[in-house]
Amino acid sequence: MKQDAFVKRHAGDWERFERWLAQAGLKQPPETVQQEAPDIPHLYRRLCHHLALARSRHYSAHLVDRLERLVLAGHQRLYQARRASLAAVAEFVGRRFPARVRAEWRLVLLAALVFYVPLAGTFAAAWHDPDFVYSLMAPEQVARFELMYSDEGQKKLGRLRASDDDFAMFGFYIRNNIGIGFQTFAGGVFAGLGSLFFLAANGLFIGVVGGHLVQAGHAENFFSFVAGHSALELTAIVLCGAAGLRLGAALVRPGPLSRRDALRLAARPALEMVYGAALMLVGAAFIEAFWSSTQAIPPAVKYGVGLAGWGVLLLYFLLAGRGRAA
Amino acid sequence: MDAPASTIIDTHRAVETPEGVELNLRLAGPVVRFYAWGIDLLIRLAVYIVLGIVLGILSIGLGNVSAGLFLVAVFLLEWFYPVYFELKSAGATPGKRRLGIRVLRDDGTEVDAGASVIRNLLRAADFLPLFYGFGLAAMLADRDFRRLGDLAAGTVVVYREQTPLPDTVPEAPPLAPPAVLTTAEQHALLQYAERAGELSPERAVELADLLQPLTGERGETGRRRLLQYANWLVGRR
Repeated sequence: MKQDAFVKRHAGDWERFERWLAQAGLKQPPETVQQEAPDIPHLYRRLCHHLALARSRHYSAHLVDRLERLVLAGHQRLYQARRASLAAVAEFVGRRFPARVRAEWRLVLLAALVFYVPLAGTFAAAWHDPDFVYSLMAPEQVARFELMYSDEGQKKLGRLRASDDDFAMFGFYIRNNIGIGFQTFAGGVFAGLGSLFFLAANGLFIGVVGGHLVQAGHAENFFSFVAGHSALELTAIVLCGAAGLRLGAALVRPGPLSRRDALRLAARPALEMVYGAALMLVGAAFIEAFWSSTQAIPPAVKYGVGLAGWGVLLLYFLLAGRGRAA
Repeated sequence: MDAPASTIIDTHRAVETPEGVELNLRLAGPVVRFYAWGIDLLIRLAVYIVLGIVLGILSIGLGNVSAGLFLVAVFLLEWFYPVYFELKSAGATPGKRRLGIRVLRDDGTEVDAGASVIRNLLRAADFLPLFYGFGLAAMLADRDFRRLGDLAAGTVVVYREQTPLPDTVPEAPPLAPPAVLTTAEQHALLQYAERAGELSPERAVELADLLQPLTGERGETGRRRLLQYANWLVGRR
């Protein structure tokens, strides 16, 4: 067929498709295509066919070019990912997240060991040796922590710290803690080494501060402060690390895939853990800012709530979303 | 038949659609992406300043609540500014939009939430050890200029417009070429015709003489023949 005849026969189709692209815009969700222009997918496939014909018959470059642009635009309009919905979020929290954590239990266990072993080590060392803390932290930093958890510091905190300060601290925890979580995840792309580093470093730091404060006689102030948010915060950091290790594992042991493909495939399940961990860190920031700092609540209650938090979290990860169809 | 686009040494990436046709994406390199990032950085700094002033004034009534709000806003802008715009406006942050580039998944479709979040969380890794050092190294090592975040998310950054062939072929009475030309040959001929005005007459004739087997003419007549073919190819009749 001559090009002129080809153009004459199909130009109507192309113009219709162009009009649809122009008026459909970007805002229209793909599902409405089916209702409002049911024959568009069919028209698009015909267009693809025209492009292939035009190429193989060596029609003029201008024509091929025009068809190429139409097909590319159609490709991008018609193949879109589904948008997230509220139901999807509920499904995620209720089933997908705990199921994902269970599926990755080996990496979660590894991340937990890399985090808690240094934590326990420096805690014990700083508890027994008053000078150990100075091998890991600057003296001014130590002094600040001591003041913060001393009886005077706590009284000051309780009396003076108004609710607006709580909110300022909430902002600080959000930015700082979730940032650390994301960083721990991202470091996993270096064969997991970055995640291991951040896990161990945070473990060392938390352990040495805790151990030193207990050594300095501030045990009650320290534990009653951290009890409430400890379950969410520490577990979330471990999960971010496990997500990073998922990326690292894909690069270290890609199996039958290329490393590039293995990384891509690992990123989606890893992201599920990061989403969940981020939600947990938001919760932890709330508790830390508005509950942990309150002096009106007796330590015994705080310990109880803290332990209950660990229990609930453990049950959630063990049981939530089990037994329902995938 | 043309050589498939994937074998050309160029910043093109060929993508095959489910319908079995191949599409070409024009990849954006590190420099243009750096400029886009710079624009986005300036926008973010401006937002910080405005937000700082507004919340500073509000802090008279709100006290330290405004400090908390500011920190939350900083957190969101730091990590989710690109995600928000990549999802809202077809894969382009304001900086990318300004420079005519956008993020796509590597199958040529629009970027989805998961891919956008992955590529922007891994920015933290790309940024190491200093100022996007690893990101740049990855981009230079990868055929498609992907940084680590792009590799994990399966995304590429491409130019938004598939620039149409310019329509600046000088007018001449159109004439059909005596043989069927491949697309690559047509492109070569069109590019010659577009540049014909900028070439010295001698050089234009010299080049046209190379195509004597096609035109059957030499010298000025051959040059004019090529322009006529070009006019026919751009669809003038």
